[in-house]
Amino acid sequence: MLVLENVHTHYGKIEALHGVSVEVNKGEIVSLIGANGAGKTTLLMTVCGNPQASAGRVILEGRDITNEATSNIMRSGIAIVPEGRRVFSGLTVEENLHMGGFFNTKAEIRKSQEHVYELFPRLKEREHQRAGTMSGGEQQMLAIGRALMSKPRMIILDEPSLGLAPIIIQQIFEIIGHLREEGITVFLVEQNAHQALNLADRGYVLETGRIRLHDTGKNLLANPEVREAYLGG
Amino acid sequence: MATPNFKHALFCAIVTLIIAYPILGLNLVAQGTKVGLEGATTSTVISVVLAAFVVFFFQLFRDSIMGNLGKLPKLNPLSGREPMPQAKRAKLESWVLTAIVVFALFWPFLVSRGSVDLATLVLIYVMLALGLNVVVGLAGLLDLGYVAFYAVGAYTFALLSQYFGFSFWAALPIGACLAALFGLVLGFPVLRLRGDYLAIVTLGFGEIIRILLNNWTAVTGGPNGIGGIPEPTLFGMEFGRRVKEEGNTSFHETFGIAYSGEHKVIFLYLIALVLAVITALVIRRLMRMPVGRAWEALREDEIAARSLGLSRTAVKLSAFTIGAFFAGFAGTVFASKQGFISPESFVFLESAIILAIVVLGGMGSQIGVILAAIAVTILPELAREFADYRMLIFGAAMVLMMVWRPQGLMPMRRIHIELKRQE
Repeated sequence: MLVLENVHTHYGKIEALHGVSVEVNKGEIVSLIGANGAGKTTLLMTVCGNPQASAGRVILEGRDITNEATSNIMRSGIAIVPEGRRVFSGLTVEENLHMGGFFNTKAEIRKSQEHVYELFPRLKEREHQRAGTMSGGEQQMLAIGRALMSKPRMIILDEPSLGLAPIIIQQIFEIIGHLREEGITVFLVEQNAHQALNLADRGYVLETGRIRLHDTGKNLLANPEVREAYLGG
Repeated sequence: MATPNFKHALFCAIVTLIIAYPILGLNLVAQGTKVGLEGATTSTVISVVLAAFVVFFFQLFRDSIMGNLGKLPKLNPLSGREPMPQAKRAKLESWVLTAIVVFALFWPFLVSRGSVDLATLVLIYVMLALGLNVVVGLAGLLDLGYVAFYAVGAYTFALLSQYFGFSFWAALPIGACLAALFGLVLGFPVLRLRGDYLAIVTLGFGEIIRILLNNWTAVTGGPNGIGGIPEPTLFGMEFGRRVKEEGNTSFHETFGIAYSGEHKVIFLYLIALVLAVITALVIRRLMRMPVGRAWEALREDEIAARSLGLSRTAVKLSAFTIGAFFAGFAGTVFASKQGFISPESFVFLESAIILAIVVLGGMGSQIGVILAAIAVTILPELAREFADYRMLIFGAAMVLMMVWRPQGLMPMRRIHIELKRQE
């Protein structure tokens, strides 16, 4: 589905990723964990083409997207839930969702919208409320719902648990598990290593711009190194 | 309570004295070949001292005065009212707008020539403000050089008529399109800029255009400007006493009525009215279309908008281009109305006034912007009685406005887009 081959990414002269290779197969949940500044968000942004990789290749469904424009990449069956939710706070919930389906027909939008409301009944209740007035958890639901509106085959989530209450985090992760059942491939970037690895089929550990470990989610959870560094011993 | 306030108030009063006394209390008088210094009349000195006292007491009791001012909005009888339901509101709005347009159609036949002339100017500002509203209000791109596109429109018409004998109607679309092209060209270098940086670059662009017009004497006539710009014709009928161009007839002879200078003024007003209505309708339509939503999405959150596959380039450039297009429209009408243009009509102050109209009207709100255009153009005229102080009054009105209604006269209510349910 998504393959990163030996990707290097620079911010100006500083290299943030030193040759990262990651593979996400169709129908999987893959988690990427790492400490602050490890390069997790950089890796995601490289997939989205902003900034573009300075070396290596990014391949989406067999197509080389390394040098594609962001707007093209984001229209080719991939959707991202950006870090910090970034809902359109002045727009209502419904309008936010409609923005998510910007390039789809009205009929498709209607269908996806109903689907999103099934996944998140709470959003249906708040349909005409301004997104900025909702709680963090509701906004995160909206951000995920908005990403789903374009009917992506793959969804990338950047720290969906950031700043949320444990019970909400639980709900969000349940939904992510549900997405896999619908056949959507999930690439999850998290600091909340325990839950991210628990849910994931496979996991990668990123450390200062390099992939440090790579294994199944269960194995990583049991790995003493990972326990020591990310799960508090 | 008063110690810090007292010190502060005393300081303010002294500053008032220091500033006001030399300016108002001392006069330079010509004595033969020399210039002498004279003290002002006693009454001036007394008023300066009085002013210092006023400042002193205001600063001393500032907290309680401002506190009471804060309670004032509660006196507004409309403040507690429930918002109208959306459908009813939209219906009422379109009725009111239609009524205003119909009234505006007949109005010039009832009033003096001067008022109609002023109203034409108001309509030009309405066009400009509606155009800038797209860039600043909807797309959230702060453009301080908007007057450049206005100038492009005006000069396009002036030059085309001077060198190639183009008429108003032929030059109108060309002027607008050329302005739009300039908007597009300016858009490219500023794509990556936001907020203050964007403002500075657009400000520079506005000045470049003006300075170019001022110095390219061979083509634009430099500071002397271009005169003799023709007035619009109605199907080949001219509004002057005598026909200037061959093949044209004159309006008053065709209809067998007595010549009147008012015909021309009213005709220009009606053209401006029609163009302003077209501007409003087109932009209103665009706001409901995907491109309008894309502008808003980009204004709300650029990163989120891009994550949804919107192209930053396309969205920003479309806003710049469409905004500039309507400025070109307004510029052509302006050139035709004045009959003479020079770079002096396109200084930064014009940009600032148009921006002030958009901000005062409420960013993104069409009705608000139209009302503000009327207010901002007419207020200085009404305040003419106060002579030198009229700009001061104008400024004070703006400051008060921003204190009481920072969101503008009529803040934008977002148009709600509903998909029709298919059965």
